[in-house]
Amino acid sequence: MSASMRIVNGEVYDPKNNINGEIKEICIENGKIVDSVSDEATIIDAKGMAIMPGGVDIHCHIAGPKVNLARKLMPEARRHDVHPSTPFTRSGSGGTTPSTFAAGYRYATLGYTTAMEAAVSPIGARHVLEEFEDTPIIDKGFYVLLGNNIFLHNLIREKRMEEFEQAVAWWVCATKAYTVKLVNPGGDEPWKGERNSNVSDIDEKTGEAGDLSPRQIIEAFVKTVNKQGYPHPPHIHCNNLGHSGNYKTTLETMKTAGDLRAHIAHIQFHSYGGELGKNPISKAAEIAEYVNNHPNITCDVGQVMFGNSTIMTADAPLAYLLRGHSKGKWVNADTECESGCGILPFAYQEHIYMHTLQWAIGLELFLLSEDPWRIILSTDHPNGGSFMAYPKLIKLLMDEKFRHEEMKRVNQKALLKCSLPELKREYTLNEIAIITRAGPAKALGLETKGHLGVGADADITIYDVMDDKEMMFSTPRYVIKSGNTMIENHEFKTDSKGKVYHITPEYDNKIEETLKPFFESYYSIEFSNYAVDDRYLHDHHEIIKTG
Amino acid sequence: MVDKMMLIPGRSSKQGTSLNQGKLKDEYQKITSTLEMNKDDMAKRDLVDGDKVRMWNEIGETIVSCVGKKPEDLSAGLLFIPYGPPSSQLMASDTAGTGMPLSKHMMVEIEKVK
Amino acid sequence: MANENENIKIVKDATCTFCGCVCDDMELHVDLDEKRITKAKNACVLGRAWFAEHTIEDAPAAMIDGKEVTIEEAIEEAAQTLVKAKFPITYGLSDTTSEAQREAVAITDYIKGNIDTTTSVCHGPSGLAFQGVGESTSTLGEVKNRADLVIYWGGNPAESHPRHFGRYAVTPKGMFTPNGKKDRTVVLVDVRKTKSAGVADILIRPKPGKDFEILWALRALVKGNKLSANEGEWFWGVNIEEETGVSLETLTDLAERMKNCRFGVLFFGMGLTMTRGRHFNSGALLALATDLNKYTHFVAKPVRGHGNVTGADNVVAWQTGYPFGVNFSRGYPRFNPGEFTTVDTLSNGDADAALIIASDPGSNFPKKAIDHLKNIPVITLDTKSTVTSKLSHVAFKTATYGINTGGTVYRMDDVSITLRPAFESPFPDDETILKKIKKRVHELTLKKIHPGGASGEAKVAAVNPL
Repeated sequence: MSASMRIVNGEVYDPKNNINGEIKEICIENGKIVDSVSDEATIIDAKGMAIMPGGVDIHCHIAGPKVNLARKLMPEARRHDVHPSTPFTRSGSGGTTPSTFAAGYRYATLGYTTAMEAAVSPIGARHVLEEFEDTPIIDKGFYVLLGNNIFLHNLIREKRMEEFEQAVAWWVCATKAYTVKLVNPGGDEPWKGERNSNVSDIDEKTGEAGDLSPRQIIEAFVKTVNKQGYPHPPHIHCNNLGHSGNYKTTLETMKTAGDLRAHIAHIQFHSYGGELGKNPISKAAEIAEYVNNHPNITCDVGQVMFGNSTIMTADAPLAYLLRGHSKGKWVNADTECESGCGILPFAYQEHIYMHTLQWAIGLELFLLSEDPWRIILSTDHPNGGSFMAYPKLIKLLMDEKFRHEEMKRVNQKALLKCSLPELKREYTLNEIAIITRAGPAKALGLETKGHLGVGADADITIYDVMDDKEMMFSTPRYVIKSGNTMIENHEFKTDSKGKVYHITPEYDNKIEETLKPFFESYYSIEFSNYAVDDRYLHDHHEIIKTG
Repeated sequence: MVDKMMLIPGRSSKQGTSLNQGKLKDEYQKITSTLEMNKDDMAKRDLVDGDKVRMWNEIGETIVSCVGKKPEDLSAGLLFIPYGPPSSQLMASDTAGTGMPLSKHMMVEIEKVK
Repeated sequence: MANENENIKIVKDATCTFCGCVCDDMELHVDLDEKRITKAKNACVLGRAWFAEHTIEDAPAAMIDGKEVTIEEAIEEAAQTLVKAKFPITYGLSDTTSEAQREAVAITDYIKGNIDTTTSVCHGPSGLAFQGVGESTSTLGEVKNRADLVIYWGGNPAESHPRHFGRYAVTPKGMFTPNGKKDRTVVLVDVRKTKSAGVADILIRPKPGKDFEILWALRALVKGNKLSANEGEWFWGVNIEEETGVSLETLTDLAERMKNCRFGVLFFGMGLTMTRGRHFNSGALLALATDLNKYTHFVAKPVRGHGNVTGADNVVAWQTGYPFGVNFSRGYPRFNPGEFTTVDTLSNGDADAALIIASDPGSNFPKKAIDHLKNIPVITLDTKSTVTSKLSHVAFKTATYGINTGGTVYRMDDVSITLRPAFESPFPDDETILKKIKKRVHELTLKKIHPGGASGEAKVAAVNPL
């Protein structure tokens, strides 16, 4: 068990507890923040340093079948980004899709201690949990893809909503997921069954019978998840990602939720105006306004950062569309009855109109946000760029001068189609602590994360305060996880496994009688071998309460 | 002088079932030492089912027994043998930068063992 | 006799790990007195042999140079051997659980060795092709539900994967294929007429070693291009049929069928990867499947061999970033097929010790590689005696995965399944042995870094390998 510890003389940024840069002592015992510790406690002198809760990534892709396909696909992406072992830590390789060990350690080196894998097909749940076991230090959980699940679609179509609710809860429990994820709901059937077509409107009827729209699917999940009280609402990747004019779909998706909780993923990719097939313009203001005025909505930005990325998405038609531009290697991976998937290497380039506009829209959304608790920092790693770019993104938000320097290097026509050049706002350290820690923890319903109050997990990052915020956030001096000092003076001192967070909403076992015949007919593995058993959680997991 | 023939080692269900008994057992050894050959090719060489043949190339040699196959199932010039120690004797180790030796595409010569 | 029935245990929905089909619908009848499986309902001929033949043999659990020793002694000797070596290699891994595979990668990381799996001599070239062109693919259930055109290329599933036709791809009735085989066209491309020919509606028998030419011609035909200015010619002066053994009409017909199906699938075997062209053949096929997505939905899938070879790819990839042929000598993983693949590390004489798990390179590698293997200390973990275990310095006899032990395997389409063991073995499983070796090599390698001294020892004690 971890020793007791006292961190003194540091500036504390703990937005949840209204502490904004005050010098305050933080005491740690048994992995938790406590009121006081005995005199024997180890002392860390944090003079000249900023103390924040460990970072929380609400949306990234770091483990599971599609991430591993991407690793296998791109040896060239990591050849020059090696991750050597130390006496305490395992080796690995980096790039935009790092190996499991490298992913865990690299999050830790940025001061992040929690990360949520944002899209796993149910049949891939066992695989993701195996990878989690090899992803050190950070706590994690995953969102299970249910938005293109044929069995669930059939229940919605037949208006069997009670059984739908039971089946959703069954699936979440069977896979040990943290919440449900919808990706381009309704889009898989036209992709797989109708010669690679797609759904293009939230009210377009799809499926074999042509009688189910994305809106009906979204509504069913939002109602069910809110009713069952999951700590994090449905995590929604809207239809029409990347298409000009898609902001209308995004607004309609949010309206479909009414006043119920919903999380819109990587909203930057869904904030485009203009005509379909033509260059987009920014609709960040419209999207930000809706989010600002609707406290039931949370979102993460999905910022685009220039340089290499990997597109990996359950939105298979989107990946194929991008492949039409890249002309290079491409992976499509259909999962029976449940999901699709597309993967390809990608690079965002400053001189390209579209890429600059995407970059600018992301920044606009941050800068137009009136409630940083609900517009959360992400790059949709590795889709918009690697999580390793977070420090640079933080600098872009905190440093207007730097932003203008960067603006000189990008496509100038695109800057004319957005408001970024006029935005003067600079984020404060407190606001950064909100969008990277307190906000995502709150949106996830993780009560012991994202703050430094008594009872919180002792996940703490201590940064040297520097003018160059990119440097500051790249190199925390100390990273403490569950009360253990993982990084001390920038060096790893030990290794650990993080927890897996999942939820166990209640359901009536009778639903299995309805599920079983469907499995026997249309799945290729046996029903009894489908659900993931508890062994895959090992002895380090935590169930977050529902309801 | 002698025509070269193309040897294609592969899996067979008998090779698979005998593998489970153990690779050091007689059954597996027998199966992996049985060469399938086009009947016409056999006739040309004065071979009948069960005859022993010596098979060699620049890598090595092995002695196996042969069995005839109808020409429509196995074309002239082709030989088939279930994978095993005898086929290894003829396999070149060059992988041309892939890690994979040419395991199914070996030019060999054969002669009857008297 | 009275107790006879009480000692029969029935295990439902157990998994057969013999081939890459990883069928998980076995009903095993286990005689607990005799410690053997008496019946494996639903198993194919290979599966029946797999279950019937894995009984408990009377043999030492551990041997050094052919003499029985305790497991602890063997672990110590194995660890010392691996740590002493300058270029230790780890190989095999396709017939064990992913839990054991994870330990094997960890050991290799700690000893800064070289890890490779049987993938390199199976579908390794397809893995290289994948890195070049990607792959449009799907799980097997999607094939069952949707595929109306099924093509097998360079493989003989009737003998290597007997239930591939019946359970996944040819006869099963699926969501959009309610009439099973009647809703599908099955094409078989192979140089031999094998037992698989029976299921084929169309049989194509090219000349050996001409797969690349045919696949490339198909890519042109699918795009509506002529092969050359002269009808029937592959390229200038060369008649396609004379060159490949397949007529232009046959190819044109196949191209049209591929474009016009609703959901097509190309399954391919080692007839592509082990012959002239290797990864170019697999790459041509994957590129063809990708091209076809312009016209319809089309997927491709290598028909993988051993029970958990797909798991080996997955585990090595998630831990190192690369699927096989990985070297840690610089303290981080490097990938270089042709250098760090096992046929090469052995036949080039690089390896000076080998840890071989659930594999028998001694009987199926090229002669030169086997000759080198005989000259270095080898450590084996295997359920049965093999040529390789016979020549080993340290040999562990282990329990059989899926029969004696649980754990996870990955089917050829990356779907993972948890095993349901039938009866206990007196022998430890691979994971247990490898964990112990890992712990010991980690201690030994840390001592190398911090030789002697109080602080060195203290540091060693503080580090607990994950």
